[in-house]
Amino acid sequence: MNDPVNDPVSTVTGAAPDDAAIVVRDLHKYFGDLEVLKGIDFRVNRGEVVCVIGPSGSGKSTLLRCINQLERATSGQVVVAGTDVTDPDVDIDALRRRVGMVFQSFNLFPHLSVLRNLTITQRRVLHRTRAESERVARATLTKVGLDDKVDAYPAQLSGGQQQRVAIARALAMGPELMLFDEPTSALDPELVGDVLAVMRDLASEGMTMMVVTHEMAFAREVADRVVFMDGGVVVEEGPPDEVLGRPRHPRTQDFLARVLHPTAAAPKRSSG
Amino acid sequence: MPRTRRTRLIRGSQYAAFGLLVLVIALTVDWPSIRDSYLDPSKAAPLFPAILTVALKNTLVYTAMGFAFAVMVGLIFALMRLSPVTPYRWLANIYIEFFRGIPLLLWLFFLGYGVPTATGRQLPFAPYSAIVLGLGMPAAAYLAETIRAGIQAVPRGQVEAARSLGMSASRAMVSIVIPQAFRIIIPPLTNELIVLTKDSSLVAILGVAAGTEELTKFGRDQLNTLVNATPLVVAGLCYLLVTVPLSLLVRRLEARNARAQ
Repeated sequence: MNDPVNDPVSTVTGAAPDDAAIVVRDLHKYFGDLEVLKGIDFRVNRGEVVCVIGPSGSGKSTLLRCINQLERATSGQVVVAGTDVTDPDVDIDALRRRVGMVFQSFNLFPHLSVLRNLTITQRRVLHRTRAESERVARATLTKVGLDDKVDAYPAQLSGGQQQRVAIARALAMGPELMLFDEPTSALDPELVGDVLAVMRDLASEGMTMMVVTHEMAFAREVADRVVFMDGGVVVEEGPPDEVLGRPRHPRTQDFLARVLHPTAAAPKRSSG
Repeated sequence: MPRTRRTRLIRGSQYAAFGLLVLVIALTVDWPSIRDSYLDPSKAAPLFPAILTVALKNTLVYTAMGFAFAVMVGLIFALMRLSPVTPYRWLANIYIEFFRGIPLLLWLFFLGYGVPTATGRQLPFAPYSAIVLGLGMPAAAYLAETIRAGIQAVPRGQVEAARSLGMSASRAMVSIVIPQAFRIIIPPLTNELIVLTKDSSLVAILGVAAGTEELTKFGRDQLNTLVNATPLVVAGLCYLLVTVPLSLLVRRLEARNARAQ
């Protein structure tokens, strides 16, 4: 089952096994008696941008949180950057340093300035010097267009600015791949664009990205592959033009119809 | 209009009743005798400056020492209460329930007289050990619960963000959760400080030596010397000098927190 050559997922994507950033095999996750993930096979290759879409409660956020083990898998295997994170003996802190994560609710540290938000983990986790960590922090903030906000506190920033700082905070650790958990769902519509622009830049630089999102236009434009999840299983996956343009599965068609034409059919999309 | 008129009548009679009460007190109370017994300037003058430089200072020092001890020990027991290790939780619960359940005065007697009687010797660093442990250990029990509530009030996403960046659980607790928890609990913590300032008066029963007496003991001793209640009143005013500003500070902080939410 662990033979990469006969692995159904790698066969689908046709990539060599060492290209894998994330490989998920037969992942099951229960919350009590509720089975949230019902046997997921999923793969992200290095340099690939994969958008995961699906209705609320489809398990897409849980899948993402299983990648860096914020949620522990009930059964199955999750291999991230060559490390089996489901192995109980693995140094999960060491792995998480290599995997950036961006949350729907930003989760900036409100008691620290923007600069300290970016330096504290560099200093405490990577043991960089103060000067080095501040240099990296300023460079990363410049990248997300917020170098003038180094001394601000999170509460003084708009939601869009906070989320860009959160992306910068993850990038300052020099991650090999980035996980985005509905990064724009908590934002006012007019602030979504700035965050997506930063993510678009990141994708064009070749960052490996797994993005759980409701932004269909972003998925269509930036994703190499789109994965549609519903009811704890992967229903359909493929290039964005196919999955979003000519969905084969009726559940995908139904979901897209509701998301792209929210007035035609209730209920509207909801976050979470 | 009858409704507003009725409201006005009731309001008016309330003011009238208050005015009458003030009038009756002013006319019936024997003011010169009150002043001579409780607020005699000639009895208050000799209290100074010792009541400030010795007594108030010692009250503040004992309160600060007890509070510092209580914050440190309270933090340890708060973390033990939240520990996944069951015996730690038991130990913390026993400590907290024990010190919340026994009278402070009894505990001070135990440290100041019980232990020396049983062992035949004073505690090391007496009387400061009895003062710090006597005030600090019970206060730690209350602070442990306050600090635990503060830690639990820090949103879960904060720990998740810290862990997702590679911080260990203990590093996330120290660098991210505890600083935010203390910010959240500054108002209740200040209230605990007010309570401890007043409770430090119980140290008076330890019979500490000259120069180490705090406000209440000082007032009590001067009461004997001067045969007048004025020292106790002045001592009380000295407590208010500390507690009222702290109390106003708590109100401001609480109002600010309420606005922030």
